Amino acid sequence: MIELRSITHAYGERPVLHDLSLRLTERRIAILGGNGSGKSTLARLLNGLILPTAGTVAVDGLDTRSDGRAVRQRVGFVFQNPDTQIVYPTVEEDLAFGLKARKLPKDEIARRVAGALERYGLDRYRHQPAHQMSGGEKQLLAIAGVLVLEPAYVIFDEPTTLLDLRNRRKVIELLRGLPQTVIVVTHDLDMVRDFDRALVLEDGRVVADGPPAETVPAYIERLG
Amino acid sequence: MLSTRDLVLCALFAALLGGLGMAPPIPLGFLPVPVTAQTLGVMLAGTILGAKRGGIAALLFVMLVAAGLPLLAGGRGGIGVLMGPTGGFVLSWPVAAFVTGWLAERFATNANPIRLFAVSVVGGILVVYAGGIPWLSLVAGLPIEKALFGSLAFVPGDLIKAGVAAVAASGVRRAGILPIHA
Amino acid sequence: MLGLYLHRESPVHRLPAGAKLGGLLLVTVAVLALPGAWGALTAGLIGAAVLVAARLPAGRVLAELRAPVVMLTLLFGFQALLAGGGWEETAVAVARFAALILLATLVTLTTRVMDMVDLFERLFGLLRPVGVNPAKMALMLALTIRFIPLLGEQVREVRMAQRARGVERNIAALFVPLLVKILTMADDLTAALEARGYDPADAGTKNSTQR
Repeated sequence: MIELRSITHAYGERPVLHDLSLRLTERRIAILGGNGSGKSTLARLLNGLILPTAGTVAVDGLDTRSDGRAVRQRVGFVFQNPDTQIVYPTVEEDLAFGLKARKLPKDEIARRVAGALERYGLDRYRHQPAHQMSGGEKQLLAIAGVLVLEPAYVIFDEPTTLLDLRNRRKVIELLRGLPQTVIVVTHDLDMVRDFDRALVLEDGRVVADGPPAETVPAYIERLG
Repeated sequence: MLSTRDLVLCALFAALLGGLGMAPPIPLGFLPVPVTAQTLGVMLAGTILGAKRGGIAALLFVMLVAAGLPLLAGGRGGIGVLMGPTGGFVLSWPVAAFVTGWLAERFATNANPIRLFAVSVVGGILVVYAGGIPWLSLVAGLPIEKALFGSLAFVPGDLIKAGVAAVAASGVRRAGILPIHA
Repeated sequence: MLGLYLHRESPVHRLPAGAKLGGLLLVTVAVLALPGAWGALTAGLIGAAVLVAARLPAGRVLAELRAPVVMLTLLFGFQALLAGGGWEETAVAVARFAALILLATLVTLTTRVMDMVDLFERLFGLLRPVGVNPAKMALMLALTIRFIPLLGEQVREVRMAQRARGVERNIAALFVPLLVKILTMADDLTAALEARGYDPADAGTKNSTQR
């Protein structure tokens, strides 16, 4: 469970989240909201990428402020733009990056990388430079690079925004099949219809919270 | 100690130097030879990243050229080019970026383009020539005053680059994105 | 990135990068220590031998050498015209360096970029006592290789955008958006590295128990 207690967050003078308290226990959670609603900030707070100005975030009881490393091992994060999260020149090396940072034994790294190459259909790109892949393939690699770390929670920040329809469907399928707790920040309303819970954020406040069948129409209405 | 952000900035500016080498040269109207923007990147690495990170960025770039990546303008690279007559002009880049940054940290900490221009001239032109000309003289068996004389042809283009670097660095500083001591 | 490497099945290609680079260094020092003409001859002979042993096409190798050789020849001709006497000495000096550049080019053509990068990383290990962290250097080199194509694209893209707006001549207008893009990219990339568990505090230390 991820728990937020009276979170307030500001960038300098500019407040983005106001006194937010949430308990995230469901397996599929969507965070909806327009540009500048604070949803990306909220997502980044959940794994300690940023620390709140006030209040605490706890993942399975671990505080993001004092146990940052343990939290990040538990919570994976996939960013919107795969180009800035693929960090190594070739596919295989990139998959190994996070595992190496975690100092896993060599044979364990090799085993997990091989598994990920196969599972996500990246085998034939193995030694290929990442910059030669298409946008959809890059996104797949970026996601694989996080899943190979076997986190208990995975946060996705607008994972389908930059994709064409076919790749969008691929990513949605992949999300559906994940055994982990999944939290998705998105504008993609179709993707979240079968989720367990959807939050709607506006100006740093939660304005709707519940099953998507209720909150998605409320969100559409607010967008007006 | 270098933070994750420092590592990333060094690598991105090193990659910028490579990216500038891949782009076609920019025509400068009144100059007969189009200039490549790579030394401009060296000046910017210094003024924007500061001495240490700027120097590391240029060092990374020179190492990759030495490793055989064709990153210099015109798709050149390899140890042969670095040992060749113009090699000194490239090998001096890490020092040039460091000196530019060192001076910028002391004398050009705000968005004043004239100060930024001055530090770019000293770090990005004087240091580069101080490394390149003796090297040229050595490799080409040329008396140093002749090597110096021959290099003067590039001074106008380099001064323009320093001007562009100063205006660009000033623009970034005014946008307030990255203060030099960040 | 393949770089300038030219693959062939040859003993020269199979030599480790360190041996080739060390050899180049030794030959260079030796050649510069020898009297001019002998130095040039030695370097030239070694160069020719390596060229044959590496099974590289001479035309391709000479093409790599064209730029420095043309420049050296021009400088040399200029010299000879102006100075008149003493040109033999210059000719020897030029030949000596041309031969050394040939050798250096051969090292580059027969060594994979990644092998050379690995070698540099091992050499950085030697600098650990003076505060150099080889793991960080390795990560930065990998990041640079990864991002060169992307930044090449960015440079082209920004130039096109400027051309579309008709301000191509204003080069400062090219660099400000480019730099802003790079600095925002730096934020994202930093977050991505840290999200995947990278921590600079323990880079390069084995089994660190800090924090």
